[in-house]
Amino acid sequence: MRKYLTRKVLIYLLTFIFAVTIDWLIPRFMPGNPIVVLLSRFRGLPQAREVMRSYLMQAFGLDQPLWKQYISFWSALFRGDLGTSIYMYPQPVLKILKEAVPYDLGLLLPSIILSWIAGNTLGAVAARRRRLDNIMLPTMYFLSATPYLWLGILLAWIFGVVLGIFPIAGAYSFSMEPSWSWAFIWDFLHHWILPFLSLFIVMLGGWAIGMRNMVIYELEANYARYLEALGVSTRLIRRYAFRNAILPQVTGLALQLGGIVAGALTTEIVFSYPGIGYILMQAILNQDYFLIQGCFLFIILGVLLANFFIDIVYVILDPRIRYAYGGEG
Amino acid sequence: MRMVVRDEMSGWREILYFMFRNRKFLIGLTIILIFVGLALIGPYIVKYRPLEYSGPMGSPPSKEHWLGTTTFGQDVFSQLVYGLRSSFAVGIVGGGLATFIGLAIGFIAGYRGGLFDEIAMMFTNIMMVIPTLALLIIIAAYLPYRGIFIESVIIGLTAWPWTARAVRAQTLSLKTREFVNLARISGMKSVRIVVEEIMPNMMSYVFMVFILQFGGAILAAVGLDFIGLGPTKGISIGLMMQNAVLWNAIQLRMWWWAVPPGAVITLIVGALYFMNTGMDEVFNPKLREM
Amino acid sequence: MIEVLKIEDLKIYYQTLKGEVKAVDGISFELKKGEILGIAGESGCGKSTFGNSLVLLKPPMKYVGGKVKLENEEVPVWDFEKMKEYRYKKISIIPQYAMDAMNPIKKIGKMIKDIMEDRNIEYEKIENRLKERLHLVNLPLNVLNMYPIELSGGMKQRVVMVIATLLNPSVLIADEITSALDVSTQKAVAKMLVKFKDEGYVKSVIFITHDVSILYQIADSMVIMYAGKIVERGKTEEIINNPIHPYTKLLISSLPEVGVKHSEKPLEGIPGQPPALLDPPKGCRFKDRCPVSMKICEEEPPYIQIKENRWVACWQEVKKHA
Repeated sequence: MRKYLTRKVLIYLLTFIFAVTIDWLIPRFMPGNPIVVLLSRFRGLPQAREVMRSYLMQAFGLDQPLWKQYISFWSALFRGDLGTSIYMYPQPVLKILKEAVPYDLGLLLPSIILSWIAGNTLGAVAARRRRLDNIMLPTMYFLSATPYLWLGILLAWIFGVVLGIFPIAGAYSFSMEPSWSWAFIWDFLHHWILPFLSLFIVMLGGWAIGMRNMVIYELEANYARYLEALGVSTRLIRRYAFRNAILPQVTGLALQLGGIVAGALTTEIVFSYPGIGYILMQAILNQDYFLIQGCFLFIILGVLLANFFIDIVYVILDPRIRYAYGGEG
Repeated sequence: MRMVVRDEMSGWREILYFMFRNRKFLIGLTIILIFVGLALIGPYIVKYRPLEYSGPMGSPPSKEHWLGTTTFGQDVFSQLVYGLRSSFAVGIVGGGLATFIGLAIGFIAGYRGGLFDEIAMMFTNIMMVIPTLALLIIIAAYLPYRGIFIESVIIGLTAWPWTARAVRAQTLSLKTREFVNLARISGMKSVRIVVEEIMPNMMSYVFMVFILQFGGAILAAVGLDFIGLGPTKGISIGLMMQNAVLWNAIQLRMWWWAVPPGAVITLIVGALYFMNTGMDEVFNPKLREM
Repeated sequence: MIEVLKIEDLKIYYQTLKGEVKAVDGISFELKKGEILGIAGESGCGKSTFGNSLVLLKPPMKYVGGKVKLENEEVPVWDFEKMKEYRYKKISIIPQYAMDAMNPIKKIGKMIKDIMEDRNIEYEKIENRLKERLHLVNLPLNVLNMYPIELSGGMKQRVVMVIATLLNPSVLIADEITSALDVSTQKAVAKMLVKFKDEGYVKSVIFITHDVSILYQIADSMVIMYAGKIVERGKTEEIINNPIHPYTKLLISSLPEVGVKHSEKPLEGIPGQPPALLDPPKGCRFKDRCPVSMKICEEEPPYIQIKENRWVACWQEVKKHA
């Protein structure tokens, strides 16, 4: 088990280095000088321009040889210095993002976990009830084909505007201050429910379909067939098939992470929910390169950590991995 | 347990026969064809150019403007039609590129094995973990001018990993089948084996993979455009929705601006998934009995 | 000698989109206590279908006609639910896919416990027997603590053998259990099977294979199937040394003989293919490949007993014994 996890950690480390290198590489090899573009914003303010220019030169380190730039990039990273935001000057990027992360986690964690559980259960039931399957399958297909952001728009339209039940902007009302009071928590949940649902419903479709197919596949596997030949009850066979089918759903979760994160980002934009997605869009609109880079790094880090966590869960669930990488005891 | 009837599905005619009788495939195909038709003839039937200020600002659907107008008085329907065209373009180019790269890497890694396989798989795993969006953010953010072509290429360059993995698995399983070993024993050259023995058996699979990549590319483009990393000129479905959200279309009750574009995408991608499942049933007769 | 199993004109067809495939089209034979009966034939002749129909008859297979009698009691093979009482306890199978027959993510011992519990058998009562049997097939006891992936193909096969016979069934069906093994392992497995029978763990065995030479080693009697029908039946030794049906003759002669060089006596295969059973040809199903077919073969030959314990379905014999 240790060997397996060590191997995974190495791959993730490699991936992180690769991603950061790309992050460092791209701006330096794109056509055009990023500094020029940034400075064009300050056209009418010559003094501000000069301050910005010297700051940017230093920040990008363009006056130094390439390899030095690379090293200083990494050392800044380790120091936790992700630069200063341009459009929210002079707030440091790290601070802005650190404040945004809890909102993302607040949306992502419940929606992923709940949709995974609900979707898999639904899929497993559909795999053995023909009638439910016939209704469920097309519905789930279209649900999983829905862009998260569009479902967000739809929910905002129906529940926010037409029915007026839920608010459609922000994490809590302007008038409220974050606290542990019931009033605040209620208000917070009120703002949270629609973005949560946009993520939950789309993901539900995906898991349901996947699980349904996996269960059908497992029910037709040779071991299931043999159990039947031994006169074993359908209940036990289903139990085995379900347990076996869950495994690829766990790996599936890891594979889907990229898409889920992308979905969360766009959903936040729809609801002006102050997570990384919302920040990212503002950063792009304002050409705040440091903030964009910061978002990128946070996303990468988050996805890698999540992958690692899922790998641990998978190892616990699938005994074969433990054996393949070095024996049980 | 061996079936006594020899499986005669190898004939293309048989496959097409069953395919055009499969309900899921037909429904999906019909929907897609409707939208493709719309995209193709659209420009000839719309009255206004998409970015032209052709009507009253923010007006609901009417005889003049079938899907109403945006805050600026642009015709939503023509934006939709032109946006559809760019979506399909990204789907074909981006999806095609991703399929091609995935096929190439998957095939070679699966068939040749060895060091190439190890390196290719490590690279694939790395690319797989990095969310496509993240890469796209970095690349697209630094390109001052972005066109649909560049967007498609970027999507194609980042969406191939799962295809490579899947193709490799299929190649591996086919590689050890009797007819391939037979070819190898009888002295066929590797390239010939891949092209004449392995590929035809994978044709159906490849086609299904392309359909999924096509849908995936469309969705990716919508997301990218929505965030603001899409083409700097022109119009696309994602861009429409971004504008709608930025200009508070929902709060202002301009549903005709915000809702139809996404609905169209959902229908198209959903239809693609349907087609895919239908094809899977045709190529894997066992599923048909469900 | 008591008859353990009697098959009377059993017909099992496959329902396909194109129609009914007549995979098992009227076969009859008896199986005595302590007997190992081999069923031999080409791929697709129906032997596997027959074997599986006794334990797991479900769509696309369908019961069309005939009787199956176990110890003089009729077995309702067409009733999936009622068959549960017979499965494993009275009729058991070592499947063709034995190496794949165990749940990959369960420890073998745990799986066996689950199965016993599900079939209302107390594990404690059977535990000693399980350990004895494992010992008999040369498997270490800690196999129960392992996952299938940890075992070699041969080991997995033996585990499945032990599991299949654990409840001492009256009839054990061995479906191509040696086909995927190397020659020396084949011999070992075949011998174990005989031992199981000798010790009385199973009352009788039906050994399905396409490899006649294995049957020569362990089978008491043989049934040769072709295109869904039995063409010859009798004691193994008699059939091998004196095959009567033209198909049997070709089958036996296509076996290589030890010590004989190819240059001296070239191996003959049997040219041609068995007929498709969706719409089988009228008359004798072998006639198109038969070196001695006559006009009368257009009519289906009767399955006749030509002497004690010897049946053949061939017009040649009918003429002789007319």
